[in-house]
Amino acid sequence: MSDKNSQSVSYVRETFLEQSPPPLKEAGVVKWMRENLFSGWANSLLTIVAIYFVVNIIIDVWPWFANGVWNTKSLAECREILQGANAACFSVLQERGNQMLFGIAYPADQYWRPTLGFVLLFIAAGPVLFNKLPKQMLYFSAAYPFLAFWLIWGGTILTPIMIALGLIAGYYAFTNVERLKGFALGVVAGVAAATVCVWLGGFISGALPGLIALEVIPSRDMGGFMLNMILGTICVSLSLPLGILLALGRQSDLPIIKGICVVFIEFIRGVPLITLLFVASVVLAYFFPPGTNLDLILRVIIMITMFSAAYIAEVIRGGLAALPRGQYEAGDSLGLDYAQNMRLIILPQALKISIPGIVNVAVGLFKDTTLVSVISMFDLVGAIRGPILGSTDWTGVYWEAFGFAALLFFVICYGISQYSQWLERQLRTDHR
Amino acid sequence: MAEAQMKISDEVAIEIKNMNKWYGTFHVLRDIDLTVQRGERIVICGPSGSGKSTLIRCINALEEHQAGQITVDGTLLSSDLKNIDTIRKEVGMCFQHFNLFPHLTILENLTLAPIWVRKTPKKEAEETAMHYLGKVKIPDQANKYPGQLSGGQQQRVAIARSLCMKPRIMLFDEPTSALDPEMIKEVLDTMIELAEEGMTMLCVTHEMGFARQVANRVIFMDAGQIVEQNEPEEFFNNPKSERTQLFLSQILGH
Repeated sequence: MSDKNSQSVSYVRETFLEQSPPPLKEAGVVKWMRENLFSGWANSLLTIVAIYFVVNIIIDVWPWFANGVWNTKSLAECREILQGANAACFSVLQERGNQMLFGIAYPADQYWRPTLGFVLLFIAAGPVLFNKLPKQMLYFSAAYPFLAFWLIWGGTILTPIMIALGLIAGYYAFTNVERLKGFALGVVAGVAAATVCVWLGGFISGALPGLIALEVIPSRDMGGFMLNMILGTICVSLSLPLGILLALGRQSDLPIIKGICVVFIEFIRGVPLITLLFVASVVLAYFFPPGTNLDLILRVIIMITMFSAAYIAEVIRGGLAALPRGQYEAGDSLGLDYAQNMRLIILPQALKISIPGIVNVAVGLFKDTTLVSVISMFDLVGAIRGPILGSTDWTGVYWEAFGFAALLFFVICYGISQYSQWLERQLRTDHR
Repeated sequence: MAEAQMKISDEVAIEIKNMNKWYGTFHVLRDIDLTVQRGERIVICGPSGSGKSTLIRCINALEEHQAGQITVDGTLLSSDLKNIDTIRKEVGMCFQHFNLFPHLTILENLTLAPIWVRKTPKKEAEETAMHYLGKVKIPDQANKYPGQLSGGQQQRVAIARSLCMKPRIMLFDEPTSALDPEMIKEVLDTMIELAEEGMTMLCVTHEMGFARQVANRVIFMDAGQIVEQNEPEEFFNNPKSERTQLFLSQILGH
């Protein structure tokens, strides 16, 4: 025994302990409530106050909802039935629901077209969003934009087919020229081939306007929630690739590309979306040669896409910055070129980090499509504010109409948010 | 030791002439001259900040040098991207922090470069990958993700990943300094095996046992220049410069 220690420090373990199960937790509702709702006097008080408010709200709202009137022709008629009782006039949804969904001018006998387009959207988005679905379905996803264009705007099916052929021709021209002459000439050849094909195709579809044609519906007749869906879907799917390019461009070593991207991002982010929409509706026409008439929806799509692409670019830049330098170096040292390094190593990781931010922008963008009502496009909110609330029959049904609008947006946005959380769980491989 | 079996040919693998590099105004590498024969195993040591990592990172152009020439396998390293890609295909590298791709499985980590850079068919690339995983003794981990492996296993995967590209030269940048002591040996064993097969290797490391056993030249660097180089026995037993003596006494002293 040493002087320092009261007993010997020498010790050798002779039997090793087996793993034993963790202690059983006290279970049950009572325990959960005690831990989460009544863990102290302050928490108990808050719980009771919260329950009081929730119960009161439900007591007030439920009869309003449950006793709602669904079958009247006008608000006055509805009020007559209610005789001062506190209840909703859901009949506006019955009467004007189609206008809220498809806009005031879309011909009623053609409603099946956007409806079909909406249903097919889920089939087209499926294989893009869930990689467990068969890869062959991606062909349908690729064809969907053209199909949806034909369904919603109508005309001969040749128009979207010719545009699709033009894009395919442009792609082939790009890959072939790029291999021989380099990237820049490849882009030029691709754009040229696509333009020529689309232009030539225009003659063919122009010559046969009746071939497998649907009734033509001009853009100014688009409206309602359909318009929000059109703008939201197209702008989100275009601004993601554009945002990726801008983010990579901003990191580029080439000063001109970097400069363009920085100026674009900073300018667009510094301007309110409404300003850009006014530019789209009024000012943009001055920049085109007289006589050209770029479709209003197309102009709005360009503006919203640029707007959200700038935000997405910054979100992705954050993701790129979060990756350790070693990832770039490992790819480089294996001999991957810039494009391969980005596509296979950097972007999959950077995008994974950026998912919450990208979804944030996408949800915000989708809701911002209601801003088009200020440039007199009758989207869901525009249709409610203008023609529906403005009609003598329905002045004053704010709660029911806007509640319906809120519900539609909430369903879509909540769906997007749930999907993104599921995706994050799927992609979690780092086991931190 | 198997010294005699490790053949060194007269063929030059790497030739560095008068190479200089600056970080801003800081002169990191000063007048480096170094010729590496094929099959040579060189250990580079020196205090931190002496430029040893920068030196080997210049060889596969992860760092750009500003003056002098580097020729790897007969290809002159310039700002020409084609030359850089040619060299990177022939030169494998292992990093201190492994730098495996965390979003890919071990097998995908190994097959990625052969499939995309060498255009090897997927099946063949997977066979090669399994061969090298067997060599570093972890074939059973092929379908796991890097985050599920221990540090030593990750570093062995990183070595296998480089080998899948069938490089003629391997660079090691402090491959064991981020590892727990128990795992250093398994990585060193892999490297020794590689050396015995005649791979041309440049290792930045402070594992002096490894240097004695495998290296046929030890280079000591300080303040961005090569201070002393010699055969390991001579280097460790009879260091010439004072700086080297001081360094060795510090790392071998305890």
